[in-house]
Amino acid sequence: MALYLFLSKQAEEVRGEKMDVKEIIFGHLADAYEWHVVEGVVLPLPCILYSEEQGFDVFLSDKLEHGEEYRGYHIDAESGKIVNKAGVRPLDISVTKNVAELFLVCLIVCSVVLSLAFWYRRHGYLSAPGGFLGMVESIILFVDEDIAKASIGHGYQFFSRYLISIFLFILTCNLLGLLPVFPGGANLTGNIAVTLMLAVTSWLAVNVFAPKAYFKEIFWPKVPLALKAIPLMPTIEFIGVFTKPFSLTVRLFANIMAGHIIILSLTSIVFIMWQVGDLLGFIMNFVSLAFIIFMNCLEILVAFLQAYVFTVLTANFIGMAQHEE
Amino acid sequence: MILLEVAAGAGLAKFGAAIGAAIAVIGAGFGIGNIGKTSVESIARQPSAAGDIRSSMILSAALIEGVALFAVVVCLLTLFF
Repeated sequence: MALYLFLSKQAEEVRGEKMDVKEIIFGHLADAYEWHVVEGVVLPLPCILYSEEQGFDVFLSDKLEHGEEYRGYHIDAESGKIVNKAGVRPLDISVTKNVAELFLVCLIVCSVVLSLAFWYRRHGYLSAPGGFLGMVESIILFVDEDIAKASIGHGYQFFSRYLISIFLFILTCNLLGLLPVFPGGANLTGNIAVTLMLAVTSWLAVNVFAPKAYFKEIFWPKVPLALKAIPLMPTIEFIGVFTKPFSLTVRLFANIMAGHIIILSLTSIVFIMWQVGDLLGFIMNFVSLAFIIFMNCLEILVAFLQAYVFTVLTANFIGMAQHEE
Repeated sequence: MILLEVAAGAGLAKFGAAIGAAIAVIGAGFGIGNIGKTSVESIARQPSAAGDIRSSMILSAALIEGVALFAVVVCLLTLFF
């Protein structure tokens, strides 16, 4: 009862303001030039711009907040990107929220794996770590044996390095995307540019190291001559070379972005319901809370699963390329 | 008159997107339900293979869900662009 009275008084204060749900959701999903840690605490990030007239310009993004102009650049209200006076974008290699999060994720993954390596250097190879490092080691062994060795077979150690890296990277990105505050809070694997680059590295891992038999199998497969002469099978195989990384991209991107949208929408429902009425808002508080807890648990499962599926599929493609006979 | 048609067109896009996403989800539900059914039956036939079957089930479910999410992404694209 006391909770109800307290919350309804809070709702009364902000009742007049209209809430723009679409802006809230897309604000959380999109990239930004500063990092909102909590309400009121904003971390400005460096903007690094290059244009032919002005050369390099490096400054913190708080010079550009609230639509101000600095050195001829301002943030275009519609697209959210930095443009110069003529509305043309300069070469923009700023450290945006996603880039800063990328650095953070790399730092986390490197420090975790290297601390495991240093543990072994300190304690010798005949004992095993316990606790957190033991869990990390079991994850790395899982990727090494059950994914790399099972799919690639002979010569798997060379690719196992890449597969372990990509598994840990995607897992950390997905899990950090679920946290709303500082070390998390950036929608990294839900950004199609990031997943596109991950798929490109997988594509390079498959095609750059593939033996000649793989390319021969694509352009002159072992099928009846009728299917080869009109280039039906070679065309299909060649398109298949590109659809595989495309599906890797879209699968990871869509899964993670859909999860984030669902959680953000469920959270916004609470606020919308408080605007409609007090009792409805109070009930939806707890109903929505139950849903949000359930969706977050599901999203943790999806985080692990998507990292696993990406790695398993890459390992399968590498294995099929390496052992084309 | 033209305004009415434009408004109807915008509403039609939202309608199409919503129906498309719903149909994609129905397809995914059928597919993954099928996987669950056959995997549970095969575990019942040979309980010692439960681990292998479980991992195959999870992998296949994730792949099918990927395809359903392609459709959802296309629907979202029509809604917002």
